[in-house]
Amino acid sequence: MSRRCLDGLFARVREEGRTAFLPFMTAGLPDPGTTVEAFTAMAEAGADAFEVGIPYSDPLMDGPIIQAASAKAIESGMTLRGGFEVLGRVVEATGLPALAMSYANPVFRLGPDEFARRAADAGACGLIVADLPLEEAPPVAEAAHRAGIGLVLFAAPTTHDERLARIAARRPVFIYGVAELGVTGERNRMSARPRDLAARIRAVTDTPLVMGVGIGTPQQAAALAPYADGVIVGSALVRRAIESPDPIPEIAAAAAALAGALSGSGAPK
Amino acid sequence: MTGMRLDRPDERGRFGEYGGMFAPETLMPALEELAHGFADAWADSGFAGGFRELLNTYAGRPTPLHGADRLSEEIGVRVLLKREDLAHTGAHKINNALGQGLLASRMGKTRLIAETGAGQHGVATATAAAYVGLECLVYMGEKDIERQALNVMRMRMLGAGVIPVTAGAGTLKDAVNEAMRDWVRTVENTHYIIGSAVGPHPFPWMVREFQKVIGEESISQLEGERPDTVVACVGGGSNAIGMFYPFAGLPGIDLVGVEAAGHGIATGRHGASIGAGSPGILHGARTYMLQDDEGQVLEAHSISAGLDYPGVGPELAYFADAGLARYVSITDQEALEGVDLLARTEGIIPALESAHAVAWVAREADALDGRTVLLNLSGRGDKDVEMIAAHASEGS
Repeated sequence: MSRRCLDGLFARVREEGRTAFLPFMTAGLPDPGTTVEAFTAMAEAGADAFEVGIPYSDPLMDGPIIQAASAKAIESGMTLRGGFEVLGRVVEATGLPALAMSYANPVFRLGPDEFARRAADAGACGLIVADLPLEEAPPVAEAAHRAGIGLVLFAAPTTHDERLARIAARRPVFIYGVAELGVTGERNRMSARPRDLAARIRAVTDTPLVMGVGIGTPQQAAALAPYADGVIVGSALVRRAIESPDPIPEIAAAAAALAGALSGSGAPK
Repeated sequence: MTGMRLDRPDERGRFGEYGGMFAPETLMPALEELAHGFADAWADSGFAGGFRELLNTYAGRPTPLHGADRLSEEIGVRVLLKREDLAHTGAHKINNALGQGLLASRMGKTRLIAETGAGQHGVATATAAAYVGLECLVYMGEKDIERQALNVMRMRMLGAGVIPVTAGAGTLKDAVNEAMRDWVRTVENTHYIIGSAVGPHPFPWMVREFQKVIGEESISQLEGERPDTVVACVGGGSNAIGMFYPFAGLPGIDLVGVEAAGHGIATGRHGASIGAGSPGILHGARTYMLQDDEGQVLEAHSISAGLDYPGVGPELAYFADAGLARYVSITDQEALEGVDLLARTEGIIPALESAHAVAWVAREADALDGRTVLLNLSGRGDKDVEMIAAHASEGS
């Protein structure tokens, strides 16, 4: 169905015996003037691709950090158009692939075709829509396909195996494995859920698997690396963008530690 | 062109173009389980009969149908009041809370969560939780906690925890977001008792089924008489769909939903999702909502916390497009006058939400001349007394 825009990346990291690092950052953070710099710093620190958060007023899959980031970005004037513009500048400045992350309402407000076309024009290779499950995905997947980009689909610890097979059959860009129950945000401890989920997904499909939600530390990333093609870290980086008085070096340092933890991980199982 | 009411949504959880399941993947298996669990329970005469019996023995049903003679005389329109304010805990919310509480028990859940705006649904859920013996946590916007202190106290007395929500404007929309976030974390043992006919499928359908007792009882109490107009206030719309559904499609009956005009539709500070909004996706369902050109959700405004919501139940959105109901709006000031009118003429202090319906009938009395109006008095106004007093002293 959709073009698997990151297949080349996943093949390459596999050859290199490591797991891809996909940091998330809200467009417009730490502030509109330095947001592209935050992404380039993460690229220099070893990011392989980006998830660019287009801020939404009611992000119900996000925890307090990304909620605060979205609200701050919107307050500072970030819009849908502005978010796509940031994404375009990030792709241009870093040469790395980027996915646009949003929620269903902005996608359908513009119309899936218009939204996908704008994302594609900005340089995105795929869409991540946090509240768009399998059942509601077809119009967006088809629009993304028409625009020459892909759609990511989710699998969660609660997703049963028969449903996993249906998700994989849609040929998403990758399966976003929701590592932990709950919304985005850092966790003190990692449960056994992420590994169990990764094993269940691997058993039904060779679709690339990227794990996210609840992964914040290099140790947590390293622990998951053997089971996934990629790892997404969001809140741990966004927190630094919100809280630090001098955020860019802190984001870069955190990103470097995460990338380092994933680089010696060995080829994903 | 008038469409037909739908017994249940289609296999994608839609009423026409509205509804659906726009939820994070983590919740999807639980929503599937809930849809099956509810369909199974509702088809089981033991469960459905037990629910109806509990409404009668515990929740004070049937609620009276009261001929409001002095109000009718004052405004020149015959008005019948469906007294949901006399249901246990003071509003229609108990019907749904008990239904979902029984269902959660049957499905083996051990913990209940809810959102609340005015606090009536929070109180009803805390009550249902105490009745079935489950742990209960209620999310409530901090602005609503301030304006509904009495209900916060009641929830705590009933053994529920009340969690203040500071995000956004600290009102009902934000409380729904936060309850959803809790549910994404706790879905394996928790049931989310959503308080209105909103949310992803199967909630809008299930809530309507638990609330349609309002309209069904009214029809039976009318003993063959047909009202010309049936009116109810509309926030998320559970009292309205519960009253309207049994009447929908009957010839010659005008169904009127009254939304909050707040400071006035033209000011942008209102809660008229159908009257002044557009189709979008809010809290898991496609429906009419308040949003900007890029799909950011706009803050609603209403003096009544229960109508201070930028969306509406998808079935009511379908009713709008299908011509099965029409929607009007009433300002904060008119609603306050509605409280005063009903209190003086009938000795009933209505909730600010329900007062919107009263105020509409009074305002449109000339157009309603000669008609019989059935008005769903969805809740009582004890919770609003402080708020009303504050406005009265500002005004004087």
